[in-house]
Amino acid sequence: MAELTQKERLKIKRHEMPNQDPRERRGNYDEVALGYSEATAREEAERCLQCKDPKCVQGCPVGVLIPQFIKALREGDMVKAVEWMKVKNNLPAICGRVCPQETQCEGNCILGKKGEPVAIGRLERFVGDFELAGRTCPLAKAPATGKKVAVVGSGPAGLTCAVDLGRGGHTVTLFESLHGPGGVLVYGIPEFRLPKSVVHGEINYAVECLGIDIKVDHVIGRTFTLDDLLEEYDAVFLGTGAGLPSFMRIPGINLNGVMSANEFLTRVNLMKGYLFPRYDTPVKVGKKVAVIGAGNVAMDSVRCNLRLQALEAAKTGTNSGEVHMVYRRSREEVPARAEEVHHAEEEGVIFDFLTNPLEILGGEKGAVRGMRCIRMKLGEPDKSGRRSPIPIEGSEFEMEVDTVVMALGTSPNPLVFVEAEGLERTKHGTAVADTETGRTKKPRVWAGGDVVTGAATVISAMGAGKRAAADIHKFLKGETTW
Amino acid sequence: MYKILKKQVLSGVIKLMDVHAPHVAKKAKAGQFVIVRIDDRGERIPLTIADFDRDAGSITIIFQEVGKSTMQLGRIEPGGELSSFAGPLGHPTEIKKYGSVVCVGGGVGVAPIYPIARSLKEAGNRVISIIGARSKDLLFWEEKMRAVSDELIVCTDDGSHGRKTLVTEPLKEVLADKDKNVARVWAIGPAIMMKFVSLATRPYQVPTTVSLNTIMIDGTGMCGGCRVLLDDGARFVCVDGPEFDAHKVNWESLLSRLQFYRKEEQLAVEQWRHTCRLEGVSGEGGK
Repeated sequence: MAELTQKERLKIKRHEMPNQDPRERRGNYDEVALGYSEATAREEAERCLQCKDPKCVQGCPVGVLIPQFIKALREGDMVKAVEWMKVKNNLPAICGRVCPQETQCEGNCILGKKGEPVAIGRLERFVGDFELAGRTCPLAKAPATGKKVAVVGSGPAGLTCAVDLGRGGHTVTLFESLHGPGGVLVYGIPEFRLPKSVVHGEINYAVECLGIDIKVDHVIGRTFTLDDLLEEYDAVFLGTGAGLPSFMRIPGINLNGVMSANEFLTRVNLMKGYLFPRYDTPVKVGKKVAVIGAGNVAMDSVRCNLRLQALEAAKTGTNSGEVHMVYRRSREEVPARAEEVHHAEEEGVIFDFLTNPLEILGGEKGAVRGMRCIRMKLGEPDKSGRRSPIPIEGSEFEMEVDTVVMALGTSPNPLVFVEAEGLERTKHGTAVADTETGRTKKPRVWAGGDVVTGAATVISAMGAGKRAAADIHKFLKGETTW
Repeated sequence: MYKILKKQVLSGVIKLMDVHAPHVAKKAKAGQFVIVRIDDRGERIPLTIADFDRDAGSITIIFQEVGKSTMQLGRIEPGGELSSFAGPLGHPTEIKKYGSVVCVGGGVGVAPIYPIARSLKEAGNRVISIIGARSKDLLFWEEKMRAVSDELIVCTDDGSHGRKTLVTEPLKEVLADKDKNVARVWAIGPAIMMKFVSLATRPYQVPTTVSLNTIMIDGTGMCGGCRVLLDDGARFVCVDGPEFDAHKVNWESLLSRLQFYRKEEQLAVEQWRHTCRLEGVSGEGGK
């Protein structure tokens, strides 16, 4: 293609992501977004104006060299595109799928001021998928330093940190409490949003290139304590995430049919409950399901439930049922990504905004039969800047449900703090760590991701893992002291 | 992968295995549990640690074949391997010198009560043990229990061995005996047995500890599926337990939660038996 003028670039419309039809996809767990073709990707890449001072890069928590990789992509030099990508991002096939680009790179794109931003996320995914299939640019390992690092937790923060330290020439051991690596990418985010083959592909690729040792079934705090690790390793990074679920403090939370989003999603995603009894772990398929909360985890729970119902209906020839999303604020305050809300809506979720559960009602055999709720209205903005919900007196009503999934956020798992004297925690249970370096209050221990910030995004955890890896690298090289 | 070093059939459906898992054996203590996964499609099964050998790097598990996974586990022979073996999980038993203590083990619960009784004995307690099962062929480790107890009472529901009674009867007699001056009771067994032990000790106000085995997935505090209602709120069995003050446990809630997946459990067993028939082997080993 001949070099286009800026004017010509501006005329190209943003390319839609081809998606599975909503009616189709409700009945399967296959990926919803099908990915760009090479032709579409190159055409989309032509839209980039190659800004001298690229704002998109500033919006990226790991500072991906966006104009460079896009330029290589549109010139058809995929190997070069991968190289540029991997300067800053080791896991592009994952980030391209789950990052909230609309508030990060794409949110900053200059094209977005008057029209639609470059579809940076979709291009990133295209490059990532190309590399997973072709493996053109194995991550290079620097000469061995002889230093040993333990990385605890193999989710986004730990993986990123481990890969960067591996590239730096250090001997890295990655500890994972579950039976496979990936953390929330595997147990939390569903197959139809992030196929597990992509997660395993990215992990295996990096691990093979860099000789990272993964130890699964190791629960730090129990199998080894942090102090045990410090005896054997020169540095320890904690990327243990925020895995402890919260429950509402209302009557009835222990009834059969009430579960945390973590339990529901783990049954479905990690344990493949939707394939029961081919896989051993069952998951209950409710006829009338209420998911409480409106974050990304709530959306994932809603969409998994819709699929379970559709699969069950196809199997038994019955009606599929209802999935409600119950949220105490209004649509404007929904914290989930707009795209997730849109997808959930297409797939048939029923939104119950300005509704708050007061009690879960039990019926036969201690099972859920309904929820007593109250209608809310919005008052003055609270500390978070969102208008706070106020109950409307006398508006109580009963909602008939048989399953309640609580997606109310999570906090860090306390196990890692067992026998870890000096590792300070906030009153929210998060580890105290420097935001730039990731250094905790305990010498030779770094932390980053949700264990420090509380539940946040995959990419912010990756950013924290990356910053900590840089500081650990300097420390191990003797360029800084503790 | 974790190799099975030894297998012993304790009764038709109760089996013992020593599993090579040095990372777990190194830290294991009485009262803790492990999560076992047989293969890539397997569920995560919580099993209490029955014994451990730090030198051999092995953990002893004992299980009763009650569902598909335990039946499948029971068919694996020494030399075979398990996909996952994580632990030790949960808090260990608080072992110290209490004076006179009673250890009650019912059915397969004799396995986890054994290391507790042994540790209590080693800590200088006078240990009275009561073990029971539905019938003689379901009873195991009588001699091992006798070796770590100052007094051992054996009972079966059908009277085929020892006294014909439930474990709660001799327990009440021991509690009523002022000379015995029982300071503390531990009970591990079916939930219904632990409930009745709790009811038996309550009037005597003897602190009673039970080890709960609820439905669990990860075993590390992540899913909350194991939550149990105490009189001051919900707790997670995996990270807050597995031992709890029996007098605080809401037994009705616990018993009903244990039944929640009954239909799915039955379906899995039917499918398993069907597969086994196709393969021409017995689903339940040892018979």
